[in-house]
Amino acid sequence: MPLVLERRSERSAMIAIASPLIAIALTLATMAVLFAILGKNPLEALDVYFLEPLTDPYSLGEIAVKATPLVMIAIGLSLCYIANIWNIGAEGQFLVGAVAGSWLAVRTNGTDAGHWVLPAMLLLGALGGALYALIPAICKVRFGASEILTSLMLVYVANFGLDYLVRGPWRDPHGMNFPTTADFDPVATVPTLIEGGRLHAGAILTLFVVMAATVLLGRTIMGFEIRLVGAAPKAARFSGFNADKLTLFTFAVSGALAGLAGIIEVAGPVGHLQPDISPGYGFTAIIVAFLGRLNPVGILIAGLFLALTFIGGENAEIAIKVPLDLTKVFQGILLFYVLACDSMIIYRIRFISPLRKPAHANV
Amino acid sequence: MHDLPPQGNSFGTEPLLRAISITKRYGSFLANDGIDLDLFPAEIHALLGENGAGKSTLVKMIYGLIQPNDGELRWMSRKIVLGGPSEARELGIGMVFQHFTLFENLTVAENVALGLDPTESFASISERLKETARLYGLPLEPKREVWRLSVGERQRIEIVRALMQNPKLLILDEPTSVLTPQEADQLFVVLDRLKGEGRAILYISHKLDEVKRLCDTATILRGGKKVATCNPRLETAASLARMMVGADIGEVKAASGRDVSVPRLVIHRLSLEPDDPHGTHLDQVSLEVRGGEIVGIAGVSGNGQDELFAALSGERLSPSEGAVVIDGLAAGTLGVNERRRMGAAFVPEERLGHGTAPRMKLSENALLTGHAASGMVKRGFVDKPATLATVDRTTETFDVRKAKRDPEAVSLSGGNLQKFIVGREILREPGVLVVSQPTWGVDAGAAATIRQALIDLAGRGTAVLVVSQDLDELLEIADRTAVMFHGRLSAPLNAAEVTREKLGLLMGGAKTGEEPDVEEASHAVGA
Amino acid sequence: MQMFEAIMLSVIAASTPLLLAAAGELVTERSGVLNLGLEGMMIMGAACAFAGAYLSGSVVVGALCGVLAGVAMSAIFAFFTLGLAVNQVASGLALTILGTGLSGLIGAGFVGQRITPAPQLHLPVLTDLPLVGRILFGQDAFVYLSVALVIGIWLFLYRSRAGLVLRAVGDNHTSAHALGYPVLKIRALAVLFGGGCAGLAGAFLPLAYTPFFIPGMTAGRGWIALALVVFASWRPGRLVAGAYLFGAVSILQLHAQALGLGIPSQLMSSLPYLATVIVLVLISRTRGIAGSAAPASLGVVFVPDR
Repeated sequence: MPLVLERRSERSAMIAIASPLIAIALTLATMAVLFAILGKNPLEALDVYFLEPLTDPYSLGEIAVKATPLVMIAIGLSLCYIANIWNIGAEGQFLVGAVAGSWLAVRTNGTDAGHWVLPAMLLLGALGGALYALIPAICKVRFGASEILTSLMLVYVANFGLDYLVRGPWRDPHGMNFPTTADFDPVATVPTLIEGGRLHAGAILTLFVVMAATVLLGRTIMGFEIRLVGAAPKAARFSGFNADKLTLFTFAVSGALAGLAGIIEVAGPVGHLQPDISPGYGFTAIIVAFLGRLNPVGILIAGLFLALTFIGGENAEIAIKVPLDLTKVFQGILLFYVLACDSMIIYRIRFISPLRKPAHANV
Repeated sequence: MHDLPPQGNSFGTEPLLRAISITKRYGSFLANDGIDLDLFPAEIHALLGENGAGKSTLVKMIYGLIQPNDGELRWMSRKIVLGGPSEARELGIGMVFQHFTLFENLTVAENVALGLDPTESFASISERLKETARLYGLPLEPKREVWRLSVGERQRIEIVRALMQNPKLLILDEPTSVLTPQEADQLFVVLDRLKGEGRAILYISHKLDEVKRLCDTATILRGGKKVATCNPRLETAASLARMMVGADIGEVKAASGRDVSVPRLVIHRLSLEPDDPHGTHLDQVSLEVRGGEIVGIAGVSGNGQDELFAALSGERLSPSEGAVVIDGLAAGTLGVNERRRMGAAFVPEERLGHGTAPRMKLSENALLTGHAASGMVKRGFVDKPATLATVDRTTETFDVRKAKRDPEAVSLSGGNLQKFIVGREILREPGVLVVSQPTWGVDAGAAATIRQALIDLAGRGTAVLVVSQDLDELLEIADRTAVMFHGRLSAPLNAAEVTREKLGLLMGGAKTGEEPDVEEASHAVGA
Repeated sequence: MQMFEAIMLSVIAASTPLLLAAAGELVTERSGVLNLGLEGMMIMGAACAFAGAYLSGSVVVGALCGVLAGVAMSAIFAFFTLGLAVNQVASGLALTILGTGLSGLIGAGFVGQRITPAPQLHLPVLTDLPLVGRILFGQDAFVYLSVALVIGIWLFLYRSRAGLVLRAVGDNHTSAHALGYPVLKIRALAVLFGGGCAGLAGAFLPLAYTPFFIPGMTAGRGWIALALVVFASWRPGRLVAGAYLFGAVSILQLHAQALGLGIPSQLMSSLPYLATVIVLVLISRTRGIAGSAAPASLGVVFVPDR
């Protein structure tokens, strides 16, 4: 093989900064080719996907609406991933949070409950997500079971659980047999920020979470612990940190954030509980986390970008008859390129001339 | 000093392998400096030297793993240039490494097969393996998985695998460092037999009594140079030790004259199972370090030093709380940070990855050991200016050279990083300091700074424990020195009575530090 | 009698795709590579298999298309993880997302269409035997292939030189490299093989299980197959037992409903996934002293020193 991968002596700062941009550029190029294969004009398609949604205020509001859960979940995931802990079940934690909070909404529906309902719902949502996330965490810490598989399996379980509830015990008796709860009372609804739009207070909460994460990671000893455990586990042990406790903590926090995002989504834009409250936010958030290079502000930007593609995808479906699945394709390709560019920070590609004999390693 | 006239035996008078003025440079560091070596058939030739003397480097060149910068190798009077180990193997050179290349979850036969030519059938390999093993008295069960085997048994696989290729020269790198005395005896029987078959054996070791028992010739390296070639059987252990570690016997450290107070660090019958299967079991280790004194622990690496450090720092908890006592308080079951709060400080052997996080800045690395007890954390928030202040103070006090105020740890040179790591602990004015390999891989200037800092710290009343493979260092700064061997700690010797030879003997496994006569030395170990 | 036969047949049908996918992944993981993209490869196999069968009218062509789709997807994975030393966990996720999306694109035009399903074996006397006749001698080619595959893999791993080398690479890639074996090349081949099996497993669904294609019809089987490999302690023999166990659990809900037990269907549907979690916990616990049975260098990035 004339091409080999070689470790750099020092991380390439240039690529570290440019990496997300390079990845996006490569993805756009690949998408252009895909569009062409599908028989669509590449430039037109790219325009519909990425530029048009930026042109009208309603779209911009929708981008923010979609970005809210993405960013909130991704922030939580980033805490895990920085420490090399793989929470893949954010989608399930999102759903469980939605269910937990909705319980209160359904319970108090039609009664004259006060304004304490919404904050209580949010709290329940976060709590539910956290507890659900602790299941794979405990399985890992106590039993050594792979958190990747356990957290993922629980996504399916959560899905079924939600389905059962909205078709059975929680179904709106006046809802003409649709699998959905009754619409939430106003006290159980997240207030909107702008009249006529769907942009809601959850967005403010998300911004707050971004700021909190920035402070946590950059300024607190907890943030230092998270970064150290991921960067140099032996040094982390020498520093007195307990990897097991950290696993439980990061899972609980990311579960709480995912759960919070879930109940906000249900009590905000959607307005009631139904089976498909998530177009895969929990999974897309994984990509947001990586694209944002596991940095809170980066995640905010990445979240907005990916939300843009969600809206773009919806528009494209109508405007140029491109199936929604293309958005998933785009996300998958983007993640691959982001990972590859990240790898280039540590490694470089070199040509080896066929004349030079590679030295053998130890035997 | 004791050079021999040319040898000869029934297998011929020409050397099988000649190394002529072999030199190997790594940057400005001379690993091997103009080394001559002659290996004859039917001879067991020892390569003696301390860690870092250049033995491994020389041998890797003979096996074709690395190339010399100068000098040449001759095989059967023909000049050779080896492009890799397979070429060496083709010539008939076999090697048994100190760190095996085995597959733990595969069977013995499978491991052997993987190291041999694929054209031979598996059944045939299994048969030959059993035969060869039986023939040489190294019994192996082809169907057993390697992870079940003891280290000695694993080594047999490596040896049999090498033997199955019918080598003319067999190189063994510190083969008995992982063997029990009985297993070592068995190995010697095999080696004698191979010698009887006319093979040449190059035996790398630092164990003097073994070399005297087993080897016909010994070449001694020190600091990359060849010091002597001699007949070990005509030497005493003492004279060999002297050649190995340096001729100046006179460097005995006088009593420090420091005020020594109460024991501030007490290790009491500490026994601990190793974390990983290749580790060393600690066996009833006991030691007292008093305030104001520096106690050294000498020994070849791999005899339990890592495990001891982990038990002292709190990275591993001891079975009983009384096993480690800091300033009178039982600490054996307390964690690292609690021990730091009790005023203890630690410097591990590995600078990058253990003592520091390589890709993090110095200020964060100051936080690494400082967050528990040094006022760098207030209500959960990191006081960044305080961490930077520590960096500045350390830089100034210990002359740490770096490119900017707060660079990544990995960007500092070894010596400067070590000054930072040792400095950040000393600045905390700990009551107890445990430091492992304080000047390993560090330039002379930095080493001097660090050693002086340790002496000064002890002078202020701290109990300092130094684990080191560098005898010069210990002789220079330690008030008392004990030796670690196979997980056991010898009784400490006072500076007044300690000598290089005594330490050398203890490092090689002798029971006491006293210089016995020749017979007693071989009696004491493994006989 | 009738019910026993019916249950066994449905268990076999449910287990076959699990077995096919897990068998391929077992080989991949034995070489030291963790490919979490099984779900994506399987669903691509399903989409392309159906498209191929529909357009060509032949189930064999369809199956081949499925296999090729799996290979192609795994080639992407191999390029990134082996060629560019990218993190395997994240890559597997990317592959799943990509595969799910692509399969939707490809399969979209074929939703609602039907094909003639894969033919089932019919031997003169044997197939008509009472009780076991259809179970043993009346299956479609996929079922027999899955059994043959596992046997073949067993022979490969434990009775062939190449298999020995593969196991060695998975056990200790540093030693293997030191002994001169081309670690990356061996891993790449193992990954491609795993992809082909996953594609075949996916192909089974629209070609034999149901004669039509629905987007997302793999329904998480790829993830269960991954857990299966862990459950089987990376040994082919136990894989068969595990696959059939999981297959049985996954169709339990249909039979439970038929029995009118009144258990919510969603609970039954979530049984396979819950069972997976429980199994993973139990397996990891009992590992304990003997250490993990996983290939020692599983998931560890390997960049050879030069």
